[in-house]
Amino acid sequence: MTAAISVRNLRKVYPGSPEVVALADASIDIEDNEFFTLLGPSGCGKTTLLRMIAGFEHPTSGTLTMHGKDLANLPPYQRPVNTVFQSYALFPHMTVAQNIGFGLEMLGKPKAEIKQTVGEMMELVKMSQMADRQTGQISGGQQQRVALARALAPRPRVLLLDEPLSALDFKLRKDMQLELKRLQMETGITFIFVTHDQEEALTMSDRIAVMSAGTIRQIGGPRDIYDHPAERFVADFIGDTNFVPAEVAASKGTDADVTLSSGKVIAARMPEGEAMQGKVTLAVRPEHASICPEAEALLPGTLSEIVYFGTDTHYHVALDDGTGFVVRRQNRPDEISGFSTGDRIGVQFAPGVGQVLRD
Amino acid sequence: MAKRFDIQRMPGFKTVAAVTFVLLYMPIFLLVIYSFNAGTSIAIWEGFSWRWYVSAWDNQQVQEATVRSLIIAFWASAISTTLAVLAALATTRTPKFKGQSAVFAMINQPLMVPEIVTAVALLIFFAMIKVATGYTGLLYLIIAHTAFCIPFAYLPIRARLTGMDLALEQAAADLYAPPFRVFTRITLPQLWPGILAGAMLAFVISLDDVVITEFVKSAGQDTLPTYMLGQLRRVVTPEVNAISTVLLGISVTMVVAFTALSKLKT
Repeated sequence: MTAAISVRNLRKVYPGSPEVVALADASIDIEDNEFFTLLGPSGCGKTTLLRMIAGFEHPTSGTLTMHGKDLANLPPYQRPVNTVFQSYALFPHMTVAQNIGFGLEMLGKPKAEIKQTVGEMMELVKMSQMADRQTGQISGGQQQRVALARALAPRPRVLLLDEPLSALDFKLRKDMQLELKRLQMETGITFIFVTHDQEEALTMSDRIAVMSAGTIRQIGGPRDIYDHPAERFVADFIGDTNFVPAEVAASKGTDADVTLSSGKVIAARMPEGEAMQGKVTLAVRPEHASICPEAEALLPGTLSEIVYFGTDTHYHVALDDGTGFVVRRQNRPDEISGFSTGDRIGVQFAPGVGQVLRD
Repeated sequence: MAKRFDIQRMPGFKTVAAVTFVLLYMPIFLLVIYSFNAGTSIAIWEGFSWRWYVSAWDNQQVQEATVRSLIIAFWASAISTTLAVLAALATTRTPKFKGQSAVFAMINQPLMVPEIVTAVALLIFFAMIKVATGYTGLLYLIIAHTAFCIPFAYLPIRARLTGMDLALEQAAADLYAPPFRVFTRITLPQLWPGILAGAMLAFVISLDDVVITEFVKSAGQDTLPTYMLGQLRRVVTPEVNAISTVLLGISVTMVVAFTALSKLKT
């Protein structure tokens, strides 16, 4: 089967002095019916990639195909993809219904069909009461729904979403995340979603491509990316992480044994296709580790700070090797840790939890 | 913290402001008042009357000059606005090109070159064409007015275009609208206030012109302003005041409409 969108060595360079490499040889295959997220900080090239798929930017080199068909020479109005813009870009001189029907009208669909589809779309995004409103008379969340319905109405094979939730407040954003996921499942359309919000990416995506400085750092499912970040940037950008110095003792495929600064040896995971030797850095999520009496410790140290967060408590440990370590522990009413600041203490985590990071 | 400089607190501020406004508006006010004078003097008040308005209305030369002024202003504003729309699109909707600021300066040339220079240049240029073709109609005046009206139409249209969200046009293209339909369905409907504002400004500027018209016109092609200038050289009656007052009324109406349109949000 050919991928819905296949990106091969796609490159975008903006001329100037110095020239800016917005995207450096990116390659991705996005499957049909997939909720695929491009995640990264601003300036990482995620929006550039999305705009090239839409046809608003021309690649400097590389190929871009859709179901095997080359998109390179198609202008935006001939590509069977639709975009939900960050600013929504609703047409201010048209009503809600006219906005939603615009794409179908441009495709030359019969009036009756347009009317019916527009009705269905308004139903889908729960905006049926607002058909004849001007776009200036509805709230931000409603505008968001109209933008979505407008992009979905022509039934594109692929829907592009450029940070569509960033203008909404927290509560509405949460609701819309679930709503988007529902719409994607109901319509079966491939969604390519751009965001800088890691939580949003983890919540909604089937797969995520983490990007930084114009390159794709890692592609994988949310769990995969979170539990097994392949490199320091990914581990750092998504969630909180402890970076633990270690040394590879033995490795075979993705399994490895590493020696910690305390001299203890524990099983860890090696990134796919890597066979690293010598000194490495291990990533351990704060909630994947626990605190324990010094005698049972993988890594011994002193408890330097206890920070209470309501749902959980963070224990800051100053390890004997000079590095810091944070353990996150969920709070339960019937449990107390029994440790206090200044106590000698240990950190432990299960075999296979630590992830060796690529340099 | 140092106090902010506030010009309104300067000694004499109110006096200067008051004197300025009196000097600006007193002459116009007097002109309007004396247009209703029953006597023949423009300086001695002899009672209220509409006679000079009636006289101007019945004056065949005034009628002809008015019609001529309106024809020229109509065509000059229509043509200059059309050209201004094209120029504004070319300078805002294309990728930045080399010499863009030079093009901008050239479009706005009539704002910078002294009018008298343009007038003399056009006089000589059109004289050559008149000799060569024998044509002496209104077209020369329409062309000349079109030329100096372009920047006045261009600036508000360009301002409107640069203020417009580019994503709207991209969204339309994304929704399968080819470039020309993007223009007719998205750009143009939002550009209308700018176009109307530009056209009105051009119309008023054309209606008001003396210098270039005086140099370019052939015999018997007086516009309202050049007719009035000619009258002043002979007998001055409040008829001139009456015509001026009507012109003032038209201009004020247009400027108010222009301001309202410029502020209009889509």
